[in-house]
Amino acid sequence: MDFARSHVLVCSGTGCASSNSEKIITEFEQQLKKYEIEKEIKVIRTGCFGLCALGPIIVVYPEGAFYSEVKVEDIKDIVEEHLLKGRIVKRLLYQETIADEDTIKSLNEVDFYKKQLRVALRNCGVINPENIEEYIAFDGYKALGNVLTEMTPEQVIDIIKKSGLRGRGGGGFPSGLKWEFTAKAKGDQKYVACNADEGDPGAFMDRSVLEGDPHSVIEAMAIAGYAVGANQGYIYIRAEYPIAVKRLELAIKEAKEYGLLGDHIFGTDFCFDLEIRLGAGAFVCGEETALMTSIEGYRGEPRPRPPFPAVKGLWAKPTLLNNVETYANIPVIILKGAEWFAGIGTEKSKGTKVFALGGKIENTGLVEIPMGTTLREIVEEIGGGIPNGKKFKAAQTGGPSGGCIPAELIDTPIDYDSLMEIGSMMGSGGLIVMDEDTCMVDIAKFFLEFTVDESCGKCSPCRIGTKRMLEILEKITNGNGTMKDIENLETLCNNVKAAALCGLGQTAPNPILSTLRYFKDEYIAHVQEKKCPAGVCKSLLAYTIDAGLCKGCGICAKQCPVDAISGERKKPYIIDTDSCVKCGICMEKCPFKAIFKNY
Amino acid sequence: MGEQNCTFVGTKEQEQKLLEVIEKHKDTKGALIPVLHEAQEIYGYLPLEVQKIVSEGLDVSLTEIYGVITFYTQFSLNPKGKYKIGVCLGTACYVKGAGPIIDKVKEKLGINVDECSEDGLFSLEATRCIGACGLAPVMTINDDVYGKLETEDVEGILEKYMK
Repeated sequence: MDFARSHVLVCSGTGCASSNSEKIITEFEQQLKKYEIEKEIKVIRTGCFGLCALGPIIVVYPEGAFYSEVKVEDIKDIVEEHLLKGRIVKRLLYQETIADEDTIKSLNEVDFYKKQLRVALRNCGVINPENIEEYIAFDGYKALGNVLTEMTPEQVIDIIKKSGLRGRGGGGFPSGLKWEFTAKAKGDQKYVACNADEGDPGAFMDRSVLEGDPHSVIEAMAIAGYAVGANQGYIYIRAEYPIAVKRLELAIKEAKEYGLLGDHIFGTDFCFDLEIRLGAGAFVCGEETALMTSIEGYRGEPRPRPPFPAVKGLWAKPTLLNNVETYANIPVIILKGAEWFAGIGTEKSKGTKVFALGGKIENTGLVEIPMGTTLREIVEEIGGGIPNGKKFKAAQTGGPSGGCIPAELIDTPIDYDSLMEIGSMMGSGGLIVMDEDTCMVDIAKFFLEFTVDESCGKCSPCRIGTKRMLEILEKITNGNGTMKDIENLETLCNNVKAAALCGLGQTAPNPILSTLRYFKDEYIAHVQEKKCPAGVCKSLLAYTIDAGLCKGCGICAKQCPVDAISGERKKPYIIDTDSCVKCGICMEKCPFKAIFKNY
Repeated sequence: MGEQNCTFVGTKEQEQKLLEVIEKHKDTKGALIPVLHEAQEIYGYLPLEVQKIVSEGLDVSLTEIYGVITFYTQFSLNPKGKYKIGVCLGTACYVKGAGPIIDKVKEKLGINVDECSEDGLFSLEATRCIGACGLAPVMTINDDVYGKLETEDVEGILEKYMK
């Protein structure tokens, strides 16, 4: 085996790949060849480092130099300076990692990483996801080996139960119980399934796990298969995630070649096989019964529960269904023990949770925190606060099924029960930060547009109810709403919540209910004063020219796409508000800043 | 989705490929959706003529196939443009101004969402989160990804593809 004196880790997750990390890898290979050091330096493709906002990211070991926002042209410098001469290229370093003149901080000391604890993401950004040997070197498949050779299925389930692990897909149902129900269900054939249909717009935790550490999910599913008595597994993954699909296919192939999937795994009687099924762009398929209908090859419509999948799932056989992040926790729980896992987090929410931090925040990216970390720690310390000196207004969790956490509750600890109490939910892990420029009525409308679009149409409360709710929201944001509309909206929300068939419909009103709870004054401002306090809702805006500041240059009139601005040279111009389409171009182009947006 | 609006032209090679796909999946449980995925890759879309071949090959009724195709947004009854534009309207992108971006694309190309330009060059989709939230707002054109967009960038990007 060759020993390399330096390892260059290049993130090849979707975020960094979108900003050219593949070209960076090719450039590295060419430069290393040019200087004939390709045998001394190893370039490795890894999963996500988490700090997606500053991608593409490259880390060079043994120094641990963390380069961010690297461009293809910069590679020459890194090779010539750092790899040839041993001088770290300071200008490319992630600024936070510079301690003083000559030293760099370790990543654990940087604000973004300091409070994080990587359990589910333990191998992301560490190993090459396209090489099973690297996973094995990090204790991969050891848990499966232990389980198959030393434990009974009951013992496995017992560990999962004792660990306190709860479903990471959003519902938070105790995983051990789910495993036990499926194990106890009667049936000659059972299945294990993995929900990788990450539909919440703005969430990419599961994708990152599959891109960065696909074997952890495969290993966990085999363990689950042994525990519940299944010999076949299905991974249902979004077709929108091509990199994750490719790595997963490769990982399954490698696992089969190594005898870690297939017949007689580890020389035991246990046989387990895995198949990938691609989703086809339907949000409702993230709901468990709809997901299974879709795997069976039909329209992905949900069905009433009970019977639960543990009793009657895929092809009416008992089926265990967990999401990607839940599975990613399993191997490490088996290896380190239930007590270790239960020692992290709060009384009722054990372990860690991965969040996709997005929206109006400095450090957009992937973070994993111990349960019980407060929202303030996530936003202000890990997230680095709000850009452009704006004020934090709210955070939205749980996507179209969740709610918002207003600024006054920023010290809420993030765990299943605390979030439920304040009318939001853990959700699968999307965490979108909003500042004062975000209109909460508009956000509610955004999510309702989403659910109307994604409602499968099977039950009328969801099909018709969400549409009616959206219409009321449109009326309000257009400035035609009445106080009665707000009242009707609330009643309708509660009715849909109570009557819809599946999780999608039952939770669809949440974005409205939670914004009504914390930001009712904004709804009232839209209705009574016909104003959008955040200045987002176009119908309620008016652009005006300040006669005192206007120099009469006429640029605005020239730029206006609908000829709504008129006037004479060297005299103040006027905007005709009736024909104005509120595009804002005039305000952008005015060299004297004489145009104002009034709301 | 909706109605099919153009005449179908398929080659013998395409049909041969599709028959091979059907043969490969024939005995798998729940084969319809994987077959449709591959069929769409071969033809670019799923017109009635293709549905008929799948129907006969898998012994699934045509109504059921049509039902499945129209249920899932990734399946299309109509051909897409040479350049498929997707503007991400996930939450992270939306909060960061994806709305004005998609408006700009519509204005520039004179097409709406789910439409194809007359010359067949561009089609526009409002996509769900593609997971590149660190780059929000994001637009994709075929396999190219454009991130951290401002409305002013749109025109220049589209022009690159018009040549």
